[in-house]
Amino acid sequence: MASLVPCPHCGLRPKEEFTIKGAALPRPSPDAGADAWLDHVYLRDNPRGALDEFWHHTSGCRRWLIVSRDTFSHEISACRDAADPAKERS
Amino acid sequence: MTAFRLPHGGLIDRSRPLSFSFDGKSMTGFAGDTLASALLANGRILVGRSFKYHRPRGILTAGSAEPNALVTVNTGGRTEPNTLATMQELHEGLRAASQNRWPSLAFDIGALNGLLSPFLGAGFYYKTFMWPAAFWEKLYEPLIRRAAGLGRASHDADPDDYEKCWAHCDLLVIGAGATGLAAALTAGRAGARVIVVDEHPVAGGGLLSETAIIGTQAAADFAASCATELQSMPNVRLLTRTTVFAWYDGNVFGAVERVQKHVGFPAPNLPVERLWRIAAKQALLATGAEERPLVFGGNDIPGVMMAGAMRRYLNCHGVAPGHRVAIFTTNDSGYGLARDLEAAGIVPQAIIDSRRDAIPDSYSGSARVVSGAVVSDACGRKSLSSISVLQNGKSEELKVDALAMSGGFSPVIHLACHRGGKPQWSDEHAAFLAPSSQKGLALAGAADGTAGLQACLEAGVSKAAALLGSLGFTAKPQALGPVEGDIAAGPAKPLWTIPGIREKAFVDFQNDVHRKDITLATREGYGHVELAKRYTTTGMATDQGKLSNVNAIGLLAEERGVSPADVGTTTFRPFYSPVSFGALAGATHGKHFMPARMSPLHEWAKKNGAEFVEAGLWYRSAWFARDGESGWRESVDREALNVRKNAGLCDVSTLGKIEITGADAAEFINRVYCNAFLKLPVGKARYGLMLREDGFIFDDGTTSRLEENRYFMTTTTAAAIATMNHLEFCAQVLWPGLDVRLASVTDQWAQMAVAGPKSRAILQQIIDDDISNDAFPYLAARDVSLFGGQVHGRLFRISFSGELAFELAVLADFGEATADALMQAGDTHGIQPYGVEALSVLRIEKGHVTHSEINGTAVPADLGFGRMASSAKADFIGKHMLSRDGLSARDRLQLVGVMPLDTTAYFRSGAHILAKDADATLENDQGHVTSSCYSPHTGSHIGLALVKGGSARHGEEILIWNALHGEYVPGRLCDPVFVDPANSRLSM
Repeated sequence: MASLVPCPHCGLRPKEEFTIKGAALPRPSPDAGADAWLDHVYLRDNPRGALDEFWHHTSGCRRWLIVSRDTFSHEISACRDAADPAKERS
Repeated sequence: MTAFRLPHGGLIDRSRPLSFSFDGKSMTGFAGDTLASALLANGRILVGRSFKYHRPRGILTAGSAEPNALVTVNTGGRTEPNTLATMQELHEGLRAASQNRWPSLAFDIGALNGLLSPFLGAGFYYKTFMWPAAFWEKLYEPLIRRAAGLGRASHDADPDDYEKCWAHCDLLVIGAGATGLAAALTAGRAGARVIVVDEHPVAGGGLLSETAIIGTQAAADFAASCATELQSMPNVRLLTRTTVFAWYDGNVFGAVERVQKHVGFPAPNLPVERLWRIAAKQALLATGAEERPLVFGGNDIPGVMMAGAMRRYLNCHGVAPGHRVAIFTTNDSGYGLARDLEAAGIVPQAIIDSRRDAIPDSYSGSARVVSGAVVSDACGRKSLSSISVLQNGKSEELKVDALAMSGGFSPVIHLACHRGGKPQWSDEHAAFLAPSSQKGLALAGAADGTAGLQACLEAGVSKAAALLGSLGFTAKPQALGPVEGDIAAGPAKPLWTIPGIREKAFVDFQNDVHRKDITLATREGYGHVELAKRYTTTGMATDQGKLSNVNAIGLLAEERGVSPADVGTTTFRPFYSPVSFGALAGATHGKHFMPARMSPLHEWAKKNGAEFVEAGLWYRSAWFARDGESGWRESVDREALNVRKNAGLCDVSTLGKIEITGADAAEFINRVYCNAFLKLPVGKARYGLMLREDGFIFDDGTTSRLEENRYFMTTTTAAAIATMNHLEFCAQVLWPGLDVRLASVTDQWAQMAVAGPKSRAILQQIIDDDISNDAFPYLAARDVSLFGGQVHGRLFRISFSGELAFELAVLADFGEATADALMQAGDTHGIQPYGVEALSVLRIEKGHVTHSEINGTAVPADLGFGRMASSAKADFIGKHMLSRDGLSARDRLQLVGVMPLDTTAYFRSGAHILAKDADATLENDQGHVTSSCYSPHTGSHIGLALVKGGSARHGEEILIWNALHGEYVPGRLCDPVFVDPANSRLSM
């Protein structure tokens, strides 16, 4: 687990300020179908290596972030506000 | 004869004598002593008994690797067991006691274990005490644990304070010996932010026991001037008495500073220990090297000591180890000691060198050197009396009272291996070195396998300069030295197996693992390093094998006929040395363990006689006892009945409150609740059910539309924080395009439920607006004016009890005065305060659910909310998984009411529901009681239950079964609404 997280709003902050939700996957569209929804809700990969996750800066700016980290080395390669890519998508 | 204080010399302050006691005996030392050096100066060489065989043990080292000299210091709540005498600084009045002996250190009954030692070898736990199995837990284990003791912790509370803090730096230098000081000076002079850490009270490391000259200064003076210069730099922080115990991700290091462990009376305004987390851009490990013991017979007899330790006591503390000293060495380290002993007037009896013709040129002393020889055995009972020297197959007995040993050096690389890197065996260095090229961490000096003072100083300067370069600093490396008179102990061929041993030869001193245990482990198939560790327990004591591990690996390698590289090491993990629970807890204990949340109506409740109950961090009023009431039930029954008859006032401020604004607030709320919200008119409240994405119920509450684009949402107390996090996720991540803002206002509002047929009459006395049924109907929600316009409030006509009821919110600061005014206004109407117990009774009577029913396995239909989940909406959280077949199965657990056939019978929550005539087995389980209470309204115990297909089974007779309490209560399933099923009271 990373000790310090580079929050794009608050700077480098200790991991204790954050809570982790899990893989940063897009929510399927309402008409995506039962299989897509089952996959989204229950089936998650557990990759060794690069992984994007939703982290909430709960005890800081209270923004949801996407933290890109390596599950093996624990190194964080990027951290951005989760609203940014979502805005781009829609 | 034994160890004694020399008439002069050392870095102690002889003008400041300190009195202390050991096992009740008064002794004197000097400022600058450790407990170990002071004990030696007093001739005290027997300081402890060993773990398993209760063998007499003395002081082996002069540092944090000490396996033997574990003592208990202080008394009462300040009792500190397993303190290393070698690390404990002496202070006036220090009280220390030996451990693991009975009745006394000199005469220890447990030493009989030594006679039983044939049965106590490696794996004896598994072999000896297997039968009968029942004896293990009750007899064998307690006996073994008592016999094989360490110190005992006190049961008194620790009276002292601890704290935690963060620090950030460009370069962290770990270890302030020659290498570390050189590195820190180079970095400090270049202007970098530097933190230098050393576990000893004075910076200097090995320099403090060194007699070489650096430049024009004695080594110790050189260390002192380096420290002075570092302390004068504003960009450098020198932390002594501080151990870096771990290297964590993100180049964060854990360190513990012993702020006041060296004083008799800790100042109350300072912590005794401080836990640091140091975020370093780069770190340099200058932790030096640990001298390895030699595994010969009787190598644990008091009087046998590491050569470097003996040199430290001699040069740093002015303590001689004895009058007749021998030195057993595999490398040049023994010669530096010999020279210094001679300078102090003690010519060693012999230097036994395992090498042939290897006397260093820099040694010009007069001690007899026995080359190509070993010490096969040391003899003596409670102290050393002689040694057997084996040379060319011939044994010679030497009378000695002290023996120094040096089996070479193991770089202290633990921290460099804390993040998964494995140590690498180097034949050239005859040692394990740190894994190479790790980001953010470098090693220098003896920790890197470098030998000799001059080389270490140079390594410190150049490594620091290189690291600073990588950080963009321009360092101008300045050479330090030159060094004169250093006998550098370079690598030498390791000596694992010593021939001719007769007595027990210890590998792990603290866990009493000896040479033959390693042989036995290999012979019995436990030769793998991880298996050998567990089979013999080598390296598993509180010292974590700092002295023993490499010897164990070397011996395993020889047993198996392979290189130590093939044996490998076990895993290094934090902590490098033990850290107190106090330091790890920091300030988080007692009333600071977790915050206490008090409602704005807490004082109002208190003065009305509330008993409080902890609900998460909150203190909620549970009930309000009155004089003459026999117990909580009587109070609760009275409060509940009074709500149904007159009126009650209940503090509901702990409910989560979230203000939701923005042009898309309606759309947002419509998506997070499963029921429809788009058409909620301004001035109205509505019950809302929130699902998780998997379709199960997450939380419930009411949401009121106060203005076109302003909503006020309430959540349950328990899920308030989770709901806020969830809504923020929805707003920020799922639908960032929606114009919506969220603010938690839980603490901003005092909220009180006023419930009962007389609630309107009472409220109308303080509310300026008309709140008649026509003007303010059921589910109205509006701003109101109070006390003739003095206070602004929000009024909601919602009911949890099933009675005519309102919730009134005022800003937190007006809460207590408003509640007081309501109590006064309601006096003639019979108003009474009621707590969460009565609140619960009222809601069970009305069949309202809480998290007892919303238990994470219920979907809306299970709780009778099937029609609420809107099929008209294209999307809401949870919609898409809700239509799965299993979630509409007929035999799902569904909400029902349950009553006993005999109205005087009692049953409790958690009891199982069985068919009427079924056997009481879990195979026949039909569901369980989720909530239960005595209902004063129905005059019976009642409950809510989740029962298979329950909504179609009203009227069925069942058995309420509680196997834990042996209770079998015949009952009947019924409608979950026990009060006013037509809801006529809500719209009075």
